[in-house]
Amino acid sequence: MTDATMGNPPGNTDGDGELTTADGKPLAVALHRSHRQARRHAFLLVAPLLAFLVITFLIPIATMMTRSVQNYEVADYLPNTTAAIETWDAKGLPDEAVFAAMGEDVRIGAENRTIGRVAARINREIPGTRSQMMGTARNIAEMGPPWREAFIAQHEGWGNEEFWRLVKRETRTLTPIYYLLSFDFEYNSYGEIVERAPEYQVYRLMFIRTAWMSILITALCIVLGYPVAHILANLPLRYSNLLMILVLLPFWTSLLVRTSAWIVLLQQQGVVNDTLVWLGIIADDGRIRLIYNQIGTIVAMTHILLPFMILPLYSVMKTVPPSYMRAARSMGAGPLRSFISIYLPLTVPGLAAGVLLVFILAIGYYITPALVGGDTGIFISNLIAGNMQGSTAELKLALALSTILLVAVLIIYWLFNKLVGVDRLKFG
Amino acid sequence: MAIPNYAGTGERTWIWTYRFICALIFLFLIFPIIVIIPLSFNAEPYFTFTNAMMALDPEGYSTRWYDALFGSSEWMASIRNSFIISISSTVIATTLGTLAALGLSRRDMPARNLITALLISPMIVPLIITAAALFSFYARLDLANTFFAIIMSHVVLGTPFVVITVTAALSSFDEQLIRASRSMGAGKFRTFFQVVLPLLLPGVIAGGLFAFITSLDEVVVVLFLAGPEQTPITVRMFSGLREEISPTILALATVLVALSIVLLTVMELIRRRGEKLRGLTPG
Repeated sequence: MTDATMGNPPGNTDGDGELTTADGKPLAVALHRSHRQARRHAFLLVAPLLAFLVITFLIPIATMMTRSVQNYEVADYLPNTTAAIETWDAKGLPDEAVFAAMGEDVRIGAENRTIGRVAARINREIPGTRSQMMGTARNIAEMGPPWREAFIAQHEGWGNEEFWRLVKRETRTLTPIYYLLSFDFEYNSYGEIVERAPEYQVYRLMFIRTAWMSILITALCIVLGYPVAHILANLPLRYSNLLMILVLLPFWTSLLVRTSAWIVLLQQQGVVNDTLVWLGIIADDGRIRLIYNQIGTIVAMTHILLPFMILPLYSVMKTVPPSYMRAARSMGAGPLRSFISIYLPLTVPGLAAGVLLVFILAIGYYITPALVGGDTGIFISNLIAGNMQGSTAELKLALALSTILLVAVLIIYWLFNKLVGVDRLKFG
Repeated sequence: MAIPNYAGTGERTWIWTYRFICALIFLFLIFPIIVIIPLSFNAEPYFTFTNAMMALDPEGYSTRWYDALFGSSEWMASIRNSFIISISSTVIATTLGTLAALGLSRRDMPARNLITALLISPMIVPLIITAAALFSFYARLDLANTFFAIIMSHVVLGTPFVVITVTAALSSFDEQLIRASRSMGAGKFRTFFQVVLPLLLPGVIAGGLFAFITSLDEVVVVLFLAGPEQTPITVRMFSGLREEISPTILALATVLVALSIVLLTVMELIRRRGEKLRGLTPG
């Protein structure tokens, strides 16, 4: 509270006609100080959580994003070569100085056992170079000038211009390669950006699939959620409170429970197929595949995310006076027209909040697609998780994919904030 | 939604059709949760209704999966781990979140929008990204596979709910009550504990329940961060659903549904109490 001025009614004037507080300070100064103090008090209350989140959330996320462009191996473990190769024009083989520098780097690398890391990094671009480098590293003690001949005698790969062009390219400590890979592009041996071979193209397809399936799930949630929210908002309280439980219970139930429920329902020997067979709609040997594919993901995720659409819609619809619709009807608008030009526009804020929640949750979903998606119903998150457990390169690719996904989510969030405002988000 | 008097036959038909469609959607919402309850009493090790169950033959039903669940030291250890993680993270998240909400609701809060956005950002960032970032963070500190790392991560995930719920409760709070209390001679702390906190309590408890259920239900972060010593029920359930699907999972699911019914009831009671309390405040 603003103690500095609270107890002292302003209005005293000193000799100069300036307003002062009871203890004789100029009012403007006292007010300014008390404001500053109030701001500090408010900030101090927020500070613990803010500091906690900065350290244990925002910094880890930022670190992760920077790691996706870092490329240290060549610059760190081949420092002499990195310096020497800078002046090479990338035509023909590099001169003796570069080979001598490489000789020094390989010797140090073999001593410190770091050569394997560079070899692995370069091997990813030109398969076979790992054995070339490791083999040379084993014999480096016996090698000497002239280095170029000595190297090529060890392995003909050292006479390959493509290898040296790659080393020169990889001396850069920042690389866009993981972002190129995320969109199915790569460098060719001349350092040009080209599309990857069709059999390696997965990520663009996966981003597109994640987007369209999320849009479809959001659309289904609108179609199913809007009428339910409407009826809940317009029924007498004793009925709507009861029906609300049918929305809140799924909302509060573990998503693993709901996912396992859908496995129970949709599997080949599951309740839905059993019922269809019992009704004679399908034959016992003609059971439909409803799970471990896109249908499974769409059905289960629509069910899981539906309450996130209904609850914000409901809270907005509650505030629409029923008399508006009666007024529209009394002035001659039909049921459809009064809905489209009166009711729908009034519920747009709730609709927007629901769409934001459902869509943002959907594009980042991992658990449900992993359990019921099979191969065709998984999302980009599942590929991120898969790559996360792999080698350093796969990990960095996962980090690049995560960064792209995060940027997409932030853009959507930002657009929503511009259009509707975050403070409309409410729960329960 | 009463049928208006002016409705013609066509409109009446439409309204009844509409009600029927809504009933189907309600069924879609609740049926999957209801259906696992009888299946958890299956006498056979299947995820489907057996003929004996359909015939309501008592032989078809048994509590063997509940015995398997509560008799298994592994499942019981997981249940214990889950509660250690959820309760600790809820206490921390509720304290930090409530303080922050009190600050955010002050008129003089500097950079309110930016800070609010930062505080609720853990809710916006996809879980898989949070999990990846937190895993590399704690792995580098050599803290992966510790309760500490998991609890801290769940505090991060739980605080946005506390901040949002308590801020909402504060928006209907009458600031004059503080001045009234102070003018009658209560100190700052006494005012906070005897005036502010009791009125905020419904919001605080609701936020805490959200944080609790978020932590209890969280899979992705613990999948990365939990070692064998910390395995919570969600991780065991996740791998159970992937590998050997046994009705033990359905027994656990039924227990969890019962738990969410309890939480839902508590939440409803709080909401009613909150409305009553707010009815007492002027303005």
